Amino acid sequence: MRIDGKGLIDRTRRLSFRFDGTTYSGFAGDTLASALLANGVRVLGRSFKYHRPRGILTAGSEEPGALVEVLEGAQQTPNVRATVQELYDGLAAQSQNRWPSLKYDVLAVNDLLAPFLGAGFYYKTFMWPRAFWERLYEPAIRRAAGLGRLSGKHDEAVYEKAFAFCDLLVIGSGPAGLMAALTAARAGADVILAEEDSRMGGRLLADTGEIGGMPGADWAAGVLAELAALPNVRLMTRTTVTGAYDHGTYGALERTGLHLANPGDLPRECFWRIVAKQAILAAGALERPIAFPDNDRPGVMTASAVRAYLNRWGVAPGRKVAIFANNDSARATADALAAAGVTVAALIDSRADVSVEGPYPVYRAAQVVGTHGRHGLDWIAVRDHNGERRVEADCLAVSGGWNPTLHLTCHMNGRPVWAPGIAAFVPAPGAVPGLTPCGAAAGVFSTAGCLADGARAAGVALAALGHAAPATPEVPRAEDGAYAIAPLWVVEGKGRAWLDFANDVTVKDVRLAAQENFAGVEHMKRYTTQGMAPDQGKNSNIGALAVLADATGRGIPDTGTTTYRPPYVPVSIAAMGAGGRAEGFAPQRFTTSHDASVARGAPMIEAGLWYRPSYFPRPGETTWREACDREVAWVRERVGVCDVSTLGKIDIQGRDAARFLDLVYTNTFSTLKPGRVRYGLMLREDGLVMDDGTTACLAENHYLMTTTTAGAGQVMRHLDFVHQALRPGWDVHMISVTEQWAQFAVAGPRARDLLNSVLDQRLNPGEWPFMTCGAVTLNGVGARLFRISFSGEHAYELAVPARYGAALFRDLVARAETMGGGAYGMEALNVLRIEKGLITHAEIHGRTTAFDIGLDKMVSGRKDCIGKAAAQRPGLLGPEREQLVGLRPLDHERAIFAGAHLYRQGEAARRENDQGYVTSVCWSPTMHSYLGLGFLRNGRARHGEVVKLADMLRKTEVLCEVCDPVFFDPEGARARG
Amino acid sequence: MRITCPLCGERDRREFYYYGADDYLRRPGEGAAPAAWDAYLHLRDNPAGVTRDLWYHDMGCAAWLVVERNTVTHEVLSVRLASEAEEGAA
Repeated sequence: MRIDGKGLIDRTRRLSFRFDGTTYSGFAGDTLASALLANGVRVLGRSFKYHRPRGILTAGSEEPGALVEVLEGAQQTPNVRATVQELYDGLAAQSQNRWPSLKYDVLAVNDLLAPFLGAGFYYKTFMWPRAFWERLYEPAIRRAAGLGRLSGKHDEAVYEKAFAFCDLLVIGSGPAGLMAALTAARAGADVILAEEDSRMGGRLLADTGEIGGMPGADWAAGVLAELAALPNVRLMTRTTVTGAYDHGTYGALERTGLHLANPGDLPRECFWRIVAKQAILAAGALERPIAFPDNDRPGVMTASAVRAYLNRWGVAPGRKVAIFANNDSARATADALAAAGVTVAALIDSRADVSVEGPYPVYRAAQVVGTHGRHGLDWIAVRDHNGERRVEADCLAVSGGWNPTLHLTCHMNGRPVWAPGIAAFVPAPGAVPGLTPCGAAAGVFSTAGCLADGARAAGVALAALGHAAPATPEVPRAEDGAYAIAPLWVVEGKGRAWLDFANDVTVKDVRLAAQENFAGVEHMKRYTTQGMAPDQGKNSNIGALAVLADATGRGIPDTGTTTYRPPYVPVSIAAMGAGGRAEGFAPQRFTTSHDASVARGAPMIEAGLWYRPSYFPRPGETTWREACDREVAWVRERVGVCDVSTLGKIDIQGRDAARFLDLVYTNTFSTLKPGRVRYGLMLREDGLVMDDGTTACLAENHYLMTTTTAGAGQVMRHLDFVHQALRPGWDVHMISVTEQWAQFAVAGPRARDLLNSVLDQRLNPGEWPFMTCGAVTLNGVGARLFRISFSGEHAYELAVPARYGAALFRDLVARAETMGGGAYGMEALNVLRIEKGLITHAEIHGRTTAFDIGLDKMVSGRKDCIGKAAAQRPGLLGPEREQLVGLRPLDHERAIFAGAHLYRQGEAARRENDQGYVTSVCWSPTMHSYLGLGFLRNGRARHGEVVKLADMLRKTEVLCEVCDPVFFDPEGARARG
Repeated sequence: MRITCPLCGERDRREFYYYGADDYLRRPGEGAAPAAWDAYLHLRDNPAGVTRDLWYHDMGCAAWLVVERNTVTHEVLSVRLASEAEEGAA
């Protein structure tokens, strides 16, 4: 019911919206909750377990009951709080957890079974048979319970993440936050003021007290106008600060598009990481309910919510409103309603020693002991010294006192402190370094107190920032009433008294938990699920622990609270992971030949962050194997071209560069002459192999190291470590040049002919022996040529500055094709190297030593190197090690697979008989056989033995002959020739 | 978490790679006893309080850093270049 003349809504802009298919109207400035209340809709959903009807309890983000689904299709979003969702034209929302309809919900039968469904019911009942839990009980329970539903589809809406930096982050824009922001901004600090609501002002928008002789909302508007005009202030509405993290880092969720009918290009939400040198927590306080029998009936609301709907949105949540409180806010609510012309059915104050007068029935030392009504509140039962009476009311405003919103102060292990004077927890001093709580969040509950405390907090922050704070900030005059409260947690009576409205946890459940010795507050929480709903216990934590404290006789301070963790409000994963969907999950690195490879139809496969061509299909080929076999044959018989730019390239220079290479490689590089290339093996300090590759000596004190594609980052980090941490005095400098050079392998018997057709100078036989390097030019462009081979063929790698890469690749491939060859991809490259027994990270996978791969002779005895000492440890050498071997199936055409394990012929394929495993396999068109590389216990001594290869996934067993890992051209004549 | 790189200034911890305790700075010399290598590679304290560990500014200047911090309060007490830590001098 709308009240004329009240509210901060725009009555000239009428908005149409739907709820459960029915069309209603509201005004600009409404939330879904205020608009539904104005339309007389009281039931918005069903509860989690008992399917009890749920209405609106609050007017803020802490709402436990009014959870709805909004949007449709893939974007369907569950558990949206109607109290937060702003109304827009065309908004469509659905109620949750009901079937077939909100009014007639079949599973409301659960409520009749309530005596059997108490805390721990599932654990006790569905115990047997054990296997039924996963397959039957849990799925059935999950279908019956639960709140909203997800669409099950990818949410392809746009979300964003963003970063902000400031001197001072002020969290909350009520009187304390505004005063703090104003004081700090006037002193010149760079301020961000973050407010969860769509409008700044906090309780000043919902209550009617005056500040500086004008309505609080007008004072707030004046302050905001001043702040908005200052260049050092950033005002962020719809932004909830969700977490406090180390060193002044705060997480915040901004609702950027969810309140708009046509968000256009705006993301739905933006997740902020705000780094603030100082912060002020002025998040206010949350009013708590009282647990009395059947207190969950729609129509029962917090008193502050009733005042908010009245003053902010011009809505009376009922025609006849009763008020039940244990503190002075009862009268404020009654007076506000009466002044607005709403019938106040009764004022029920649980305290005896208060003098309340008003044009409405007043019951002192009285309690509400029951509520009645089919689909919402019709009347309440009130008990006082005269006994029980019936009071007709369709809305009951309840106040059990206020809890400071101190959640952020607990995010770094801070434990709140019990303040008996206000019967509430307040923030522990210094709980979060650099964060100053003030105002109601610090337990200061009067407007005048909040204003003064906001100014004080700003002074604390300004002093820490080194700004001169005003000696006496101008704090306007405001209401300064004392806050008097007499704790009342539970009203005993017939019927269940709710604590957690979302998860259906009652007083009885908490007492049962205590009785069954789940007496610690964290145990009680998990046993009853209290505080585990979307509101995370904002409405129920303190009440539940008060009941627990009473049941265990420990008192509230000794019982303590559960741990408040981020986020303060639910944050969609999509917002936190913004940009990380699909291709956004990881950066993509493309070589200069990428477009040409894609244009040739090559399927691109990931190699770390890089994308490399798998193979280059030709018309008529139906499988990847046909293409791979053809490409292998090109390299073995004619010439192939492959982009190898993804291998890490590290330029190393300095007077101590050679000495440095000797330290990081197992073998010696100080003897390498300019123009020569050497294969190097690198160990981790624990003696296991880190990486391998070739290093070229380009000139005296100038080297170019090549790493594997996968190991490039790790090797760079390692080299920097060895230099900076272990040998900082050495004159050595290094930098990654991986992206600066495009490098192509040209491999095959006709490789030299191909290069001679593109280079400005001629490569004459005998001039560029195997493992040499030097400078060349192509059309005048400086390039580097390396006579190295990863295929076992006569081969070169030609490197040009990356900007020439695309052109050179096209040119090389075109020329290779005229010679009966062409481009080859990763599959062929893999076959070529397996045929030659060359290792990759499939073999040097982090558990193998130089000894294991047969390269222990590369560990020089004449010098120290990283990993040398540890590589000599017992257990890393000897016949007990699994050693690199070649494997060839007796039936050459019988496929074998990597990952299979090796067993002695005749022994069962069981773990205790395990002899080793297979790391790489291929079909070798050169050898007309499947080939494998693997590790076999004492394998080098077992060449010629037949072992059993068992693939547990594919359920196959294949007999293989153990052999030397170099299958093809073991003398290496082809590469040298 | 924020780390103040001596070269780049205060940055978010996402820019840094964590390695381990600064014991790694004190590499045993050639020929050291196996026990010294065991200690260097494997034996670590797990202090509740001040600890010093190595971070690499891999999304920044590639400097290795010795970060002194408190594991209880999360306070960062100092950040120095590993190349200027006395243990690293050879």
